[in-house]
Amino acid sequence: MIYREAGQFKTSYKADMAKFPILQDRIAVWIYLVIAFVFIPLFGSDFFINSMMIPFLIFALAAIGLNVLTGFTGQISLGTGAFMGVGAYACYKLTTIFPDVNIILLVLASGVFSAGIGMIFGLPSMRIKGFYLVVTTLAAQFFLEWVFIRVPWLYNYNDSGAIEVPQREAFGFIVTGPAAEPSVRYLVVLSLVVAITWVTSNLLRGHTGRSWMMIRDMDIAAELVGVRPLKAKLSSFAVSSYIAGVAGALMVFFWLGAAEVESFDVNQSFLILFMVIIGGLGSLLGSFLGAAFIWMLPIVIRAIPRVLGLDINAARVEQVNFMILGALIILFLIVEPHGLARLWAIAKQKLRVWPFPY
Amino acid sequence: MFRKLTTGALALATAAIMQTAPVAAEEVLYVPSLSYRTGPFAANGTPIANGFADYMNMLNERDGGIGGLKVVVEECETGYNAQKGVECYEATKGNGALVYNPYSTGITLQLIPKAPVDKIPVLSMGYGLSAAAIGEKFPWTFNFPATYWDQMSSIISYIDSQEGGIAGKKIGFIYLDVGYGKEPIPLLDQLAEEMGFTVVKFPVGVKEMQNQSSHWLNVRKERPDWMIMWGWGAMNATAIKEAAKIRYPMDHFIGNWWSGANVDVEPAGAAAKGYTAANMALAGTDMPAMQDILKYVVDAGKSQVGDRSEVGKVLYNRGVLNAMVVAEAIRIAQANTGKAAITGADMRDALEQMDLTAERLTELGFPNFTAPMKATCENHGSGGAIFLHQWDGEKWVTISDLIPPMTDKVRAMLEEAADKYIADKPGWETQDCK
Repeated sequence: MIYREAGQFKTSYKADMAKFPILQDRIAVWIYLVIAFVFIPLFGSDFFINSMMIPFLIFALAAIGLNVLTGFTGQISLGTGAFMGVGAYACYKLTTIFPDVNIILLVLASGVFSAGIGMIFGLPSMRIKGFYLVVTTLAAQFFLEWVFIRVPWLYNYNDSGAIEVPQREAFGFIVTGPAAEPSVRYLVVLSLVVAITWVTSNLLRGHTGRSWMMIRDMDIAAELVGVRPLKAKLSSFAVSSYIAGVAGALMVFFWLGAAEVESFDVNQSFLILFMVIIGGLGSLLGSFLGAAFIWMLPIVIRAIPRVLGLDINAARVEQVNFMILGALIILFLIVEPHGLARLWAIAKQKLRVWPFPY
Repeated sequence: MFRKLTTGALALATAAIMQTAPVAAEEVLYVPSLSYRTGPFAANGTPIANGFADYMNMLNERDGGIGGLKVVVEECETGYNAQKGVECYEATKGNGALVYNPYSTGITLQLIPKAPVDKIPVLSMGYGLSAAAIGEKFPWTFNFPATYWDQMSSIISYIDSQEGGIAGKKIGFIYLDVGYGKEPIPLLDQLAEEMGFTVVKFPVGVKEMQNQSSHWLNVRKERPDWMIMWGWGAMNATAIKEAAKIRYPMDHFIGNWWSGANVDVEPAGAAAKGYTAANMALAGTDMPAMQDILKYVVDAGKSQVGDRSEVGKVLYNRGVLNAMVVAEAIRIAQANTGKAAITGADMRDALEQMDLTAERLTELGFPNFTAPMKATCENHGSGGAIFLHQWDGEKWVTISDLIPPMTDKVRAMLEEAADKYIADKPGWETQDCK
């Protein structure tokens, strides 16, 4: 009734191909953007912004990166954590070498390095498919972790081997370092995430994205109709690692403030792979839903006893948390193997014909 | 309709989450405890958290808190994970937190720059950033009773005294290959140069913690005269077992204070006999205050310990030591301000005036529990001495007097490291101690 598109006529090709063809969706997106850009910075508590929104956005971005590779091109990767690390270390070195350059530009530039590394490790995908590719990306993960420990130049010979974020200003605001306001950092992260999501969604609808999906659906057929696998796969690795690299740089510079190698270990790769699988392979919306599910839900569960005033010890809450999250993951995968994005698509379809389903 | 409902529910949920920071209803002394009872290091994290909470509970039960106010210890589970640690910090700092004891070098590194902004001191007892001992450069960070560098220098001077001169000896250094394990290397290298011994390093990656046979093969090949270990968690027990396997002389194998707990030696049992480790808080329950913990908390069923015998073990007592220092700082802050309810800033000033003499320790019910600690504006490490204890197959036996660090050598290096740390941080808050 409310969510119905009767009477919304598309009179041009442009309108038909719009990103959000339904009016209600367009309104909703604008409302979300207003909430995200205006209300949350104004009214959100430090904890909400720092520990929930910023990591959520960063993980969503990393999930988009992995989704490009795994969801849209069909190449499974377990190296996302390491590619994020490449972005973070690159950004750290760049800002050490060019302290006066706007840090946001450096974050965007650091993705180029991870894209390069990603392409190198993407080369085997020409010959290797499926589970075997997982193993080569896993090799990338371990090799890069080793590099982060063994090359002290990367962390400026710091005694503890950690990279610590220096204070940087942009547009007259302190944007990184401990003195940066959470809302300022949040707005930087949000703007970049929205921009990259928008660019990616356009990329996916164009020639490049279509060639990725053709490779995913059937690589031999794609090759027969003129898609060059080398170009398609490597461009996918490049874009995916670029996005992951930017997410890694954002993670260290705008969220953690300091990081050791453990922040980029294989668990991080798994975490992001889970976000993609739970959210929905091959869906941008799914990346956000997956990140929200994996990152936000445990925090909410953890906060419940505190809000209710129950005196349960922290470790028990954590254990219950693992159990609930595990059970929910299994439940969701049984109910809808294609992830939360597919669940939402089904709900949307039902809503469109409600209350007169046919 | 459904959409409206979901949006409404989402909005409500968001509003609820955004309001989660609860307001302290009454005046209390709020001390968050970043604990890790889950994850790969839970065996080490649990006794520390228990000791910390039990001592504070004992004060609440026996004395009705400190200065008439109850101490509220809120545990937040970090799993030894830096990201979760920061989340815990953000979640609890708004409740009037007095001091943070992060119990992880990774989390400490994250919190050091946040401390001056939020005006809550960080007390990292026996871990964290060594350079933070320089009070002028790190007004908000304290690392009693000694830094890793102090500790390493104490261990070296112990070896020096045992050997009648360390020159010409070969020292093996086996360490967990993360920030924590790598921290003492610059000092070790410098001391090697100055004192004329050689160092062989055996880094153990986090993934190889439980598979060290190749490292110990190398140890056998290199034949170092002494082995020093900077390990944590499962690495310690594995290293001790491997050392026993290659018949390395156990009394020449010295762990730092994170490599000398009961959980480390018990798996190796009798084979670990002779293994030596540094320590800062005496094990055992012979002290009056420990007896009070047993009486008021453990026997009253108010503790989380699984078994009475866990009280008095090395890491448990380290948690108690930490709590005792925090409680003492609270007392000093209350005396300074004349108020029972204090703030993080009062706490910072109090930590700087910390003066735990041997008499004061006895007064608190902890005779000879630890080396006297005295902090000053310049010295946030309290330059404390450590002692060594040895596993006799059943329990830890103290085998050395208090060994002071080589302050003259360490201090200069610490200052250099502190300068390096703040060099790329414009607007870093320092303090003038003159």
